Amino acid sequence: MEDNQIEEGEKNTNVEVAPALISVHPTQNSVAVAVGSDIRVYDLLGDCVVSLVDDSGATSHKDSIRAIRYGANGKLFVSAGDDKVVKIWSAESWQCICTVSSEKRVSAVAISNDGQHVCFADKFGVVWVVDLHGIDGSEASVCKTAAPLLAHYCSIITGLEFSPDGQYVVSADRDFKIRVTIFPKKPLDGAHEIQSFCLGHTEFVSCLTFVITLDYPQGFLVSGSGDSTVRLWDITSGSLLDTCEVDAKAGHLESNGSDEGYSTVTDLCAIPDTTLVALAIQSLQGVMLLSCNLSTKTLSVAKVISINFIPTSLASSSCTGLLWMVTGVSNLPGFDCPSVSRVKVISGFNKSSLDCLEHEPLALEDNDIPGGTKLLEKLQGSVTVDEKVFTAAAEALKAAMCNLLIKKQYSVEKREFRKRTRNDRKTKQ
Amino acid sequence: MLEKESNPTLSKSTGLPRKRFYRARAHSNPLSDSHFPVPVSPSHVDFSLHYPQFFPSSSEVGCSKKIQFADIGCGFGGLLISLSTLFPETLMIGMELRDKVTEYVKERILALRGSNPGQYQNVSVVRTNSMKYIPNYFEKGQLTKMFFLFPDPHFKEKNHRRRVISPHLLDEYAYVLGVGGIIYTITDVEELGDWMKSCLESHPMFEALKEEELEADPVVKLLCSATEEGQKVARNGGQTFQAVFRRIVLTS
Repeated sequence: MEDNQIEEGEKNTNVEVAPALISVHPTQNSVAVAVGSDIRVYDLLGDCVVSLVDDSGATSHKDSIRAIRYGANGKLFVSAGDDKVVKIWSAESWQCICTVSSEKRVSAVAISNDGQHVCFADKFGVVWVVDLHGIDGSEASVCKTAAPLLAHYCSIITGLEFSPDGQYVVSADRDFKIRVTIFPKKPLDGAHEIQSFCLGHTEFVSCLTFVITLDYPQGFLVSGSGDSTVRLWDITSGSLLDTCEVDAKAGHLESNGSDEGYSTVTDLCAIPDTTLVALAIQSLQGVMLLSCNLSTKTLSVAKVISINFIPTSLASSSCTGLLWMVTGVSNLPGFDCPSVSRVKVISGFNKSSLDCLEHEPLALEDNDIPGGTKLLEKLQGSVTVDEKVFTAAAEALKAAMCNLLIKKQYSVEKREFRKRTRNDRKTKQ
Repeated sequence: MLEKESNPTLSKSTGLPRKRFYRARAHSNPLSDSHFPVPVSPSHVDFSLHYPQFFPSSSEVGCSKKIQFADIGCGFGGLLISLSTLFPETLMIGMELRDKVTEYVKERILALRGSNPGQYQNVSVVRTNSMKYIPNYFEKGQLTKMFFLFPDPHFKEKNHRRRVISPHLLDEYAYVLGVGGIIYTITDVEELGDWMKSCLESHPMFEALKEEELEADPVVKLLCSATEEGQKVARNGGQTFQAVFRRIVLTS
């Protein structure tokens, strides 16, 4: 990637737009939003704003955060991004308990279900692992070194997940591949045994999630991609179980063929206790719901919920029946305030499954969401935001994603032009 | 620059392609996103294109053979040509990143098939970046032999990550090689030889072949003698460094 950076007309990589991200504590004790380098947390149990405590010297992150996550056991929170630092926080005291340096910008993070290991992936394709044994937050922030776990050769890693049973670590990249690797007992020695490859996508894979039910506790992997499809996989064999095309269903009447990334699936979220998966699609105002039939192993579109809002990130937690969404961006050029975000919540997913979406899921009014306007003020930075900014934001994010993840197609002349400084191509004749 | 007509590029006496029409730089950037077609998955590999005699029609499921030998960075195809007659019932493929060199090998195979009816039907070549796309071509445990002959040494330390044998890539090679499968490496660069040997030794899914096993394997002798690169090294009286390892079940 680094070798292809220098090109006329390409944006200065220091001022890249970054999407706002949202993550919810597994039992909804708190909600976190990351916009730019800022992490904003609202404590729903205590109904108050949280201030992060970081005595490692740095006040939180210095550059755009690209991944945030709560651990499945609810004790940890991780944030990482373009400043090449991974911060691990206690999700109870909100103290930074561990800092890890990365050589390259971080593009994805995952926490093992038992909270003993944190994995992060960089933009060069290496997945690193940190061992958290012995860290309980009682001492001041510890600096740890990460060990390389596995690598996708020279490919940006776009998704990182642990399987529900903790047996596998799944990594997805921009070269259309998903790799399922056995997570070993001693991860610091590397994860060498590949279980399978889930191959089938025809564009970069953008997001991963697992759909789990009581009948199928091992879960099924669901992936979203720039090829406008969502796919269901059996990770032990790598077989593709079903493909769901989302562009037609998103109801786009004017399908501009040359418009790349028109229906890229930007984020996926499995709604716990249901077999529903919520999708954020690049140009869709609202959210698409897919239903997974785990006995027939198929995916189908259940519903499209239209809201005047293109989400950049989705999150959900158990037993609440709520889907949290954020839209927003940082470093948006041409506007007074460079970072904006808007949070919304959809409710109505209680005990829903394939056929019975009895209660129409609907977007809650600001006052009705947990935490109410106090939460919105903290997570958004303000209660009301100019809608026009979001249209510009959506365009900027689409362009940024294309630039990063879609392979550039140069015309023959352009390719020859780029090679002209090579010794064997210098025009002498 | 030159038209790819069969006439001037094939030798009139042997009918085989002439190397000077397929000159290419020795190095190719493995990081570049070249535009060659990549199969979506191993089940999408078109066997009838590569082995028409074994797979007469792409839609029929007549032959259940799968590719078992892969020559990574096959260059001008010397090893594959030798292996083809040594193992006539085994399907084998060469992978090469350089466009012109791949064309040369294709022409060479076609010419050999023409002048030796019934032979060389089991060998083919594909232009691809094996460091990125091996899982697209081969299923888990499909291969029984993998060859890495005289790979690019990438001398500078910052370029070591471009080496075709590396700790991370060995995970992928271990995936496509069946247990008991063999990986053959050879180089004339001592430092690279040490590097490859040490990567293989430290990987928990590979173990070195013993002396007796190396003696007994007819393929080992071909490593130095069958390829153009190997013949050049022998001509110049150079030393070669080989590392031949077997894929084993993971040892924790």
